[in-house]
Amino acid sequence: MSLPAYNFAYLDEQTKCMIRRAILKGIAIPGYQVPFASREMPMPYGWGTGGVQVTAAILGPDDVLKVIDQGADDTTNAVSIRAFFAKTANVATTTKTAEATIIQTRHRIPEERLQAHQTIVFQVPIPEPLRFLEPRETETRVMHGLEEYGLVHVKLYEDIAQHGHIATTYAYPVKVEGRYVMDPSPIPKFDNPKLDRSPALQLFGAGREKRIYALPPFTQVTSLDFEDHPFTVQTFSRPCALCNATGVYMDEVVTDDRGGRMFVCSDTDHCETRQADGHTGPGLPQLGEHASSEQETTR
Amino acid sequence: MYVAVKGGEAAIEKAHRLLADRRRGDRSVPALSLEQIAGQLSLAVDRVMAEGSLYDPELAAMAVRQSRGDMIEAIFLIRAYRTTLPRFGATRPVETAAMRIERRVSATYKDIPGGQLLGSTFDYTHRLIDPAMAGDHPVEPGARRAVAEDAAYPRVTDILNGEGLIEPDIASDAEPGDLTRDPTGFPAGRDLRLQALARGDEGFLLSLGYSTQRGYGRTHPFVGEVRIGLVDLEIDLPELGFAVNIGAIRVTECQMVSQFKGGGQDGPRFTRGYGLVFGQSERKAMSMSLVDRALRADEFDENRAAPAQDEEFVLSHCDNVEATGFVEHLKLPHYVDFQAELDLLRMLRREHAAEKTAETDRQEAAE
Repeated sequence: MSLPAYNFAYLDEQTKCMIRRAILKGIAIPGYQVPFASREMPMPYGWGTGGVQVTAAILGPDDVLKVIDQGADDTTNAVSIRAFFAKTANVATTTKTAEATIIQTRHRIPEERLQAHQTIVFQVPIPEPLRFLEPRETETRVMHGLEEYGLVHVKLYEDIAQHGHIATTYAYPVKVEGRYVMDPSPIPKFDNPKLDRSPALQLFGAGREKRIYALPPFTQVTSLDFEDHPFTVQTFSRPCALCNATGVYMDEVVTDDRGGRMFVCSDTDHCETRQADGHTGPGLPQLGEHASSEQETTR
Repeated sequence: MYVAVKGGEAAIEKAHRLLADRRRGDRSVPALSLEQIAGQLSLAVDRVMAEGSLYDPELAAMAVRQSRGDMIEAIFLIRAYRTTLPRFGATRPVETAAMRIERRVSATYKDIPGGQLLGSTFDYTHRLIDPAMAGDHPVEPGARRAVAEDAAYPRVTDILNGEGLIEPDIASDAEPGDLTRDPTGFPAGRDLRLQALARGDEGFLLSLGYSTQRGYGRTHPFVGEVRIGLVDLEIDLPELGFAVNIGAIRVTECQMVSQFKGGGQDGPRFTRGYGLVFGQSERKAMSMSLVDRALRADEFDENRAAPAQDEEFVLSHCDNVEATGFVEHLKLPHYVDFQAELDLLRMLRREHAAEKTAETDRQEAAE
């Protein structure tokens, strides 16, 4: 039995060409979900097989790769995917947002504004923003074709009627250049404004669902809302306990079983960079009956 | 105390080391050999080959060993390897009528040309745990039957077709689709459906097939025939101008004779459900043929109301590698999204509490 040998970045070149064609089509029709012949990858579906295929298709030997999960470079799956490309493509890897040419992410967009030479690759579990309103692909494709998006607004309206607020806090649907309604992947809605007119190329890969879509640089991306219920993002009233940052997305860390909480930057690179620059936060808290410190502000 | 989630790399490495340790188990017990797995757990190996859609008993045995007997994990290993293999060509369609029969039963006729042949089956065993299984007792070899040179085993469906009683299986030169190479769209053709079912999860298909028997998309099935045995693989070599035999594989084929339909030009006749699976797996082949027939509802103007008749539902959910991935991915960190939900829930609860207080105040003021 001959032992298997693998191509640069794992996928064979024909497969990469096929994926690149799908990416190009996605770039040509921003927000449109392009079906592609997703391959079985050596990591499970749900672990980022779509993102990994997109990254593998665009990765070159000179690229510098950063991988984050939940905003952190050192979460286990981010470590695993980074190691996969370090091994199969022997590319340079980094945790620094500014140094990366390709950033693969699950659930976050880095706090630092992305630049024109950068590409961010999102891992997407369910690419169809209408899926939970209409389970059939045959139906949702027609709805996109006819720009029939009333159902999404009805859902958001029902939220307001029931709860007084739009009850979608992540994977918050957006409209791309006034045409396609798109799922931004399960990023918190806090990150939605970063999608809009980003100088970086934004690519989305859904492996199990076999879809790729894209936002070319400087694409207009609007979060759906109503005039009298404008789109809002989460804000945190306390600064990061480690680096004193404000206006960033936070992880709430449970410090004991008596209500102790501390809030730290979700973006670990952002936090570490600030700490290295001499910023320090209030540190360990803060026994709190006021654990909840968030409110919503309009953006 | 706050412990940052540092050291993912070291943790992963140690977890893998522990996994390897647990997989090997007690070192004083000899390790399983591939021959033992392929030879004595051959039905497990067959399932891994079938749902992994790669016919290689040795690799499948390795996968079973590496996965500690977790079948879906073993199937996943085979799939992830299969996807990297180059395609040199495609064989001619296998001729199951020329199968070297190891087992063949028909439920529709008492006797058939070539005869009924039980072969190795659990069917009439009494399910009593055999004390002999605790040890390694000598086992008698199976009896060999003499096979006549001109022995023929015509398919039962061909016999029915000879009388025009069943819809014909029309040969086609059309290139079949391949869902591992092209994105699937709906409606999918029967070729893609059969491919998806052949790779689909045995348990899922079993339950779906069962549901048709209980009335959710009933098809009045009869097992025309189940046959298991070796079929030759032939590949056309353009340089030679003829087909060359490149080996044989064991397959299980089920032809389900189902509810008759029609009138029209051809008159009423039975319809077919088809199952074909690598290795020996009657359960899978029979389930597949039931679901195949149920999925043909539109062809026969049947009301499509049951899950087993719903092509998009069946094809989107029958793959256990996809299913296990997405179900199990829920254990990956989701704390960013959870934080977003926490924020909203806390705000809604604050508003709810404020409203309640205001209401109490109003009531007190009124009294």
